[in-house]
Amino acid sequence: MLFETILTYPATPEIFLLGMTCIVLLADLFIKQQEKKITYWLSQFALVGTAVLVLLLYNVPSTLLFNGSFIWDKTAALMQFAIVAINFFILIYAREYIRERKIPQGEYYLLSLFSVLGMLVLVSAYSLLTLYLGLELLSLPLYAMVALQRDSTECAEAAMKYFVTGALASGMLLYGLSMFYGATQSLNITEIAQVTSNLSSGQELMLIFGLVFIIAGVVFKLGAAPFHMWVPDVYQGAPTSVTLFVGTAPKIAALAMVVRLLIEGTPALVHQWQEVLILIAVLSIALGNVVAIVQSNLKRMLSYSAIAHVGYMSLGLLAATPDGYASALFYMLAYALMSLGAFGMLVLLSKSGAEVDKIGDLRGLNTRNPWLAFMLLLVMFSMAGIPPMVGFFAKLGVLEALIGAHMVWLATFALVFAIIGAYYYLNVVKVMYFEEPEIQYPIVNRPIINVAISVNCLMVLWLGMFPSGLIDLCRAAFAM
Amino acid sequence: MFNDLLLILWIIIKIIVIVVPLLLGVAYLTFFERKVIGLMQSRIGPNRVGPWGLLQPIADVLKLLTKEIIIPSASNRYLFVIAPMLTITPALAAWAVIPFSQGMALANINAGVLYLFALGSLSVYGVLVAGWASNSKYAFLGAMRAAAQTISYEIAMGFSFVGILLAAGSMNLQDIVLKQQGGFWHWYWLPLLPLFVTYWISGVAETNRLPFDVAEGESEIVAGFHVEYSGITFALFFLAEYINMIMVSTIAALLFLGGWLSPFEGIPLLGPLFAWVPGIIWLFLKIGGFLFLYIWLRATFPRYRYDQIMRLGWKVLIPVTLVWVVVVSLGVEFKIAPWFI
Amino acid sequence: MNLAQIFTDLVFFSFAAILVGSALMTIISRNPVRSALFLVLAFFAATGLWILLEVEFLGLILILVYVGAVMTLFLFVVMTLNIDVEEQRSSFVRYLPFAIVIVAMLVILMVYVISPGHLNPSELTTTGGQPVNYSNTTELGMVLYTDYAYPFELAGILLLVAIIAAISLTFHGKGNNKTQNPDQQILIRREDRIRMVKMQGDKK
Repeated sequence: MLFETILTYPATPEIFLLGMTCIVLLADLFIKQQEKKITYWLSQFALVGTAVLVLLLYNVPSTLLFNGSFIWDKTAALMQFAIVAINFFILIYAREYIRERKIPQGEYYLLSLFSVLGMLVLVSAYSLLTLYLGLELLSLPLYAMVALQRDSTECAEAAMKYFVTGALASGMLLYGLSMFYGATQSLNITEIAQVTSNLSSGQELMLIFGLVFIIAGVVFKLGAAPFHMWVPDVYQGAPTSVTLFVGTAPKIAALAMVVRLLIEGTPALVHQWQEVLILIAVLSIALGNVVAIVQSNLKRMLSYSAIAHVGYMSLGLLAATPDGYASALFYMLAYALMSLGAFGMLVLLSKSGAEVDKIGDLRGLNTRNPWLAFMLLLVMFSMAGIPPMVGFFAKLGVLEALIGAHMVWLATFALVFAIIGAYYYLNVVKVMYFEEPEIQYPIVNRPIINVAISVNCLMVLWLGMFPSGLIDLCRAAFAM
Repeated sequence: MFNDLLLILWIIIKIIVIVVPLLLGVAYLTFFERKVIGLMQSRIGPNRVGPWGLLQPIADVLKLLTKEIIIPSASNRYLFVIAPMLTITPALAAWAVIPFSQGMALANINAGVLYLFALGSLSVYGVLVAGWASNSKYAFLGAMRAAAQTISYEIAMGFSFVGILLAAGSMNLQDIVLKQQGGFWHWYWLPLLPLFVTYWISGVAETNRLPFDVAEGESEIVAGFHVEYSGITFALFFLAEYINMIMVSTIAALLFLGGWLSPFEGIPLLGPLFAWVPGIIWLFLKIGGFLFLYIWLRATFPRYRYDQIMRLGWKVLIPVTLVWVVVVSLGVEFKIAPWFI
Repeated sequence: MNLAQIFTDLVFFSFAAILVGSALMTIISRNPVRSALFLVLAFFAATGLWILLEVEFLGLILILVYVGAVMTLFLFVVMTLNIDVEEQRSSFVRYLPFAIVIVAMLVILMVYVISPGHLNPSELTTTGGQPVNYSNTTELGMVLYTDYAYPFELAGILLLVAIIAAISLTFHGKGNNKTQNPDQQILIRREDRIRMVKMQGDKK
């Protein structure tokens, strides 16, 4: 009886994760430095357990809990599973890296678990209050993780930039939320959605005023232009293991925030936010793709590519149709997977103190480790949007949704820049395959890590060849 | 209109009735202190001005008032002058909510304990600003020490207040006292003994009195934060310190020793015998006891070292209060007689 | 208009003026310590406004937490830093026109949005006028542990994370500090510390 209740109570994954995180915290405090692997295994157990619980709960019908401030629906379930699964891989990749660089291991695992908890909370938040708290719970550990490599001044600088801009974004978001609260006198998204459908003109003006700030804050967190300034600096300055963390799962959570606030919270203001999103998408796609071309630092290049990808994702949102939302979600999941592969590869290649972060560092990767080179090739092709990779279907879905919403000019624009963007991804492939390596010795990884990265990158291929399953899941998430 | 003005006048009279005896009390507290310490150290203490030296505090006050105020040329003038005011204002303002007997309070507000605590946490500003504005390294060191110490002990003090709130179920000082009715063994000092001790230690630390007076530490940093002050500006710091001492003693008496309640309440023979004594006398006696304790501590203990102060605050007092807050909440939950009914 | 009403208005407007003025001074003051002190004053004024709204708990907590603890530590840090005021000043002047334009735009928008023409004050609920035995603390406690239990817990976790993050960034492990160990100190024996040596006299 009790067991059944637990398995049908939608907040179980969060509660389990919090409980396990506290156990990890205490365990890490009392175990010796040599036995930090216990922390690692406990953390992985926490993630796997959470993922299993989310899966078990998938068929539980949509419910509101905690006085309407927590929602469990298909969107939440899908995103939560993706977030937890991605973090499972992140911990596998990051383990060696942080051990070699004397980054405090226990703290890394612990902070990442707390951040994951924040993402889960954010994904299923359904009131302005929990939304904001989830966002902060997500971000706060990230700021600390960027600075965790204490002897590095670049990390400290990146952390400082991240923290200051992040705090500014939080402030803007909070200001916007307060406007929402002032206009609707409710914190609950259900009630806000009801109130916004019949507003007096004065209240609507106030809502729009707040909406601008909310979008600014959200765009900041997503890392899209014109609020993208922090992205390249943080991606480049942070230890690669943390860049891996910052650049993947939080994007999904930020998408959840957009979904809750704009799509579910203020459907009545769709025309207003649509216009802003068009601007953001156009700016992000253009700026991301063009600036990425001239980058010689791989992490920086990938960060501009991230800006461009967020731009593509928002194309799906601004189509403002269920299909469009589904395609945006699909795009985000696909991007998170690709980004996990790309940054994960950088982490794995950065061996014995040598940091692989320039494009030149990948020279002749094919001769040093053909399999890893092939895996990176898959990821790069996918990011460039070359069939049959998942990136292709992601872009296709978004463009389809745009055309469905009669925004052909925008679709053409996106297509042109996708072709421009393909250049720098393919440049990486060229460097790997057609240039001579500077260092000759082969790259050897532990088998389990090889398996993980192979699974990760082959997923990119597999989802590209058989995308229908994931597409259906995304559609189910936005079925009206 | 007229009634409103009358009300304001009445409030001003009440304020005067509180403040004037308070200032006199401070003056004679210093006398009392010097006498007591003198006796404890086998000396006589002040005995020249007036009969038995009783006019000594008056002479001190006159001396301080007539002295020249020196403002160091490199100091931050504005803040330098404002610092003593920052110290004395919260010290006086806190008295607004103290009930001296049933119904005898300037303002009987609901969040009385919180108000006291909030104002208590402000006392550090005068010290900080004085230390910084003096532009002297001794003063600055004293200010830094005071800030760190106040922050550390405020947490423990806050938790002991939480225990009181749990036990009394109210933040109104009058209600808290009335909840302790029933004689000596019904007062909160017994069920909340660890919190009582913690409160007292933190109170001594918050007022920067020995053995926690590192902020002044005359043997290390001359006189700490007020080293550059003279005349009336110094007198204000001095006054605030003693007013705060009386305040801490009063709060201790109200929260843990039943305020104005008679200790003999409910005892067959003694109870009726002392029933005629007005409550305010009992309160003053309790306050006096605590003040004596202050002086006794000063005469007995050497000064703590800075790291020892930090260790006591963070590693001893805070854990103790945390545990006891849990114990108290269990007591309240299971309604353990006679305290938590 | 009776005296109480005039008094309330007077208190409101003076606190509001202090709040805006000190907030402004926080930003434009040259000396960081003064900035911090003006921020303290701003908190005070905000407390005054809150108490005027009969939310004494929040007002006092604002003083207790922000003025009593946060700003004290803040001042502690700011006072020990030796910030070059002139350098700050130059960048301040450089960005000033830009900032003024943005602020002006925001203020104009804000005034436009909340002007009586657009926002009918009667649409907004007001607080105040509670019965005499109304306790803000009790009410707050009631909703905090029922309706808002979930956000409340989340805020707790957030604070825990902040503690962990701060410690992991600043704690460099044991063994770096030079504190004395009293346990060891009292175990010292005379024999370990001094050696009595018999010197031979200079006898001939």
